[in-house]
Amino acid sequence: MTVVAFWAFAAVAVASALLCITRRSPVASALWLVNTLFNLAAIYVLLDAHFIAAVQVLVYAGAIMVLFLFVIMLLNLDRGPTDIRGVRGKVVAGVVGLVLAAELIVLRLAAPPGELQLPAGAVAQSVEASGAVRAVGQPLFQSYLVPFEITSVLLLAAIVGAVVLAKRRL
Amino acid sequence: MRPLAGSAADWAGLAILLPFAGFLVNGALAFLRPQAKRAVSVVGVGSVAAAFAVAVAVFLAVLGAHPAEPYVRTLWTWIPAGDLRVDAALQVDQLSVVMLLVVTGVSSLIHVFSIGYMHDDAGYARYFAYLNLFVAFMVVLVLGASFPAMFIGWEGVGLCSYLLIGFWFEEKEKADAGFKAFLVNRIGDFGFLVAMFLIFSHLGSLDFRDVFARAPQALVPGGGTVTAIALFLFMGCVGKSAQIPLYVWLPDAMAGPTPVSALIHAATMVTAGVYLVARSNVLFAMSPTASAVVAGVGALTALFAATIGLKQWDIKKVLAYSTVSQLGYMFVGVGVGAYAAGIFHLVTHAFFKALLFLGAGSVIHVLHRAYHHTHREADAQDMRNMGGLMAYLPWTSRVMWVATLAIAGIPPLAGFFSKDEILGAAFARGAASPFYYLVWAFGLVAAFLTAFYMARLMLYTFHGPNRTGDLERPHLAEAPWVMTWPLVALAGLTVLGGVLNLPHVATLHRWLEPLTERSAAFLPALAPSTGVEVALMVLAALIGVGGIWLATRILKPGSLVTPERAPAETGFAKLLLEKYRVDELYDAVVVRPVVWLARVVLWKGLDAGVIDTAGVNGSAAVARGLGWIGSRLQTGQVGTYVFFFVVGVVAVLAALLR
Amino acid sequence: MLLGPSLAVSAVLFSLGVVGVLLRRNAIVIFMCIELMLNAVNLTFVALSQRLGLDGQVFVFFVMTVAAAEAAVGLAIVIAVYRHRDTVNLQNINLLRG
Repeated sequence: MTVVAFWAFAAVAVASALLCITRRSPVASALWLVNTLFNLAAIYVLLDAHFIAAVQVLVYAGAIMVLFLFVIMLLNLDRGPTDIRGVRGKVVAGVVGLVLAAELIVLRLAAPPGELQLPAGAVAQSVEASGAVRAVGQPLFQSYLVPFEITSVLLLAAIVGAVVLAKRRL
Repeated sequence: MRPLAGSAADWAGLAILLPFAGFLVNGALAFLRPQAKRAVSVVGVGSVAAAFAVAVAVFLAVLGAHPAEPYVRTLWTWIPAGDLRVDAALQVDQLSVVMLLVVTGVSSLIHVFSIGYMHDDAGYARYFAYLNLFVAFMVVLVLGASFPAMFIGWEGVGLCSYLLIGFWFEEKEKADAGFKAFLVNRIGDFGFLVAMFLIFSHLGSLDFRDVFARAPQALVPGGGTVTAIALFLFMGCVGKSAQIPLYVWLPDAMAGPTPVSALIHAATMVTAGVYLVARSNVLFAMSPTASAVVAGVGALTALFAATIGLKQWDIKKVLAYSTVSQLGYMFVGVGVGAYAAGIFHLVTHAFFKALLFLGAGSVIHVLHRAYHHTHREADAQDMRNMGGLMAYLPWTSRVMWVATLAIAGIPPLAGFFSKDEILGAAFARGAASPFYYLVWAFGLVAAFLTAFYMARLMLYTFHGPNRTGDLERPHLAEAPWVMTWPLVALAGLTVLGGVLNLPHVATLHRWLEPLTERSAAFLPALAPSTGVEVALMVLAALIGVGGIWLATRILKPGSLVTPERAPAETGFAKLLLEKYRVDELYDAVVVRPVVWLARVVLWKGLDAGVIDTAGVNGSAAVARGLGWIGSRLQTGQVGTYVFFFVVGVVAVLAALLR
Repeated sequence: MLLGPSLAVSAVLFSLGVVGVLLRRNAIVIFMCIELMLNAVNLTFVALSQRLGLDGQVFVFFVMTVAAAEAAVGLAIVIAVYRHRDTVNLQNINLLRG
């Protein structure tokens, strides 16, 4: 059952991604990307990452993509000649993409070593036991506390930077 | 017997230092105060005369010591290079002291002569500076105790020869003559160098003492190595002593001042080749082939040059070809193993040839003065402008007749004994190997021609009617005394010089014996029987007399006309006058191809074409091309940069896949 | 058991993102393709965390945070560029040209 669902969501995600990169209108590209993100969130659920799935929808699809759309609308970019490259560019991009995909798929065949692997279903169990949020939150605030704090500073810098860069007059 | 160490022989180096100091002083004067002629004369003559005094002292020391081995005085270590060790050392022995006396003695006389001859020349100080330097180098050559030391002198005298031949370098012809001399000498020097390399590689040393001691054991007598060494050494002699085929520089060298011709191209520098063969007599004796080559080339040159001398009109050119011919005689002497005879002829030739040249110099000087007075442009060296000068130059003409008789081989003058001894040795060796009969025959014919052309010279110059011109005649008078008394001194030596090596007394032969005895093992000296010897002496005297007599009979000085009015020569006479067109042949066969090779192939083809185009410009073009490729990468487009980035990532992943 | 397929999907999505970056000239669309690549990486992390531990999900958390910050600043730059050059077509913006 999970497998079927997985493949369904995966197929839609890939198709949406393909459409995203080929649409002429930036708004269409953005919307298709949103669709891809939704489907990825569904896949996360299937992979026992409930909290991440929620955060994906809230932050990624909900905030970041909205920001993108704001900017596209603000700069009135929807009209105008296409920004897709010509035939030569398409061929080059296609070839590079194919090669890259092939290499990555071959690489993924190297499975992680046995001693690192947890017993199957261990993560699902801990998620069941303590809840998805606590399962992520515990390592976040314990082992990774310092990066967490630094990330907050990073966000502060991003805010200030965005404001400064986008102002008309300083 | 007193040993040589601690005697005057230790001071032999002064004979080098004194003339060299003279060179430095005169050189400085030439730059700073060229008009101080008296100072230059004193320094110039004084330094060489002092060197002669040193030579006499050294000679007396050797006379008292009678050394069986040469005395080597090491001054300092010159080349310590691994197995090769060459010291700056002087060798005092019987042979070097004979050469030293001749060099310094004749030089002194010629220096005195030069005071008068070069008196009006602006380059007076420069002349004496070069002349002093020459004497210094020549003494290095004869006193050197090893091949490289001798080579230093060898090259040095070549340099001075160049400087002095081209002394009046403002005239291109004269400058070219100096250049030609240097270049042709260089070809011979290449042979000398190769010989040195061979000697070192086979005998492990370049000192005379070691080489001549080791050679008899280390080298195979008559073998390829020793023959090669001897022949390469002889190649150096062919260049320096003007034998066939490298004699062509000597006639051109007459472009220099006449005292220079007397000193360098008659008495000293050109004899260096003979000295080299005499010094290396062991090597030549060990190789019959090389000795035969030496004798053969000498005989051929003697005859060849004598024929050219028959038809030359320039008085100095006649004497130049005579020198080449007489040098050939000396090589016949050392080629047949009569080393003492060769040296004997070297010494006597120095006397009478220097005398002849200086005498010619007097004549030229007088004619120049006369033409100067009348402002006439005529060749003061052309015999057709001379004639009947006996009346005007009594002293000069008489001493020149003495020299002429000597060179023609009239007894009892020095030339008779030396020439006769050489021919006798050649004849004697003919019994062992018939080739030497041919050598003897050539020598005999050359002797006849020598007598003939020298008589011709005297007849045309001093006898018959005077052709100089009526305006000039009142100005013809004997040269100043400073120029004439060296001639008298040389004439005295010419007359008395025969005593050096009278037959059976053989003073010089015995004197040189310690140095030639080693070669006797390989090339035993063959002496003709007494009867044959007397017959040969009579024959030689008759030839000499006959040549002079024939000249007086055939030649008619009265029918000569001055060069402007002279008819052009034809036939064989023309060929002789043009010296068999050898220079033209060399020009066509050697000079032009080499110049063509240098200009077209090496310069345009290789240098400009290949190296410049491919190398210099090519590498610049490649760099420019690479830079162009690089600049095309800097598009400023982020898209391009991302593309290359991704390509790099793909490549890294591909490497990881392995 | 979903690990293998997840990684394959992730690879495909990543390649599509790269193709998009190479294919498009509009700065904002390129940005979106970069977001696509980041999401593919997130998928890899999550898939592997199922086997190797929950630290993988913490990483995803951080990636998302940084992606947000980066999007904000990047779009601000795009706006600034648009104000100066009146275009976001990267073909025309080549001041780095040497």
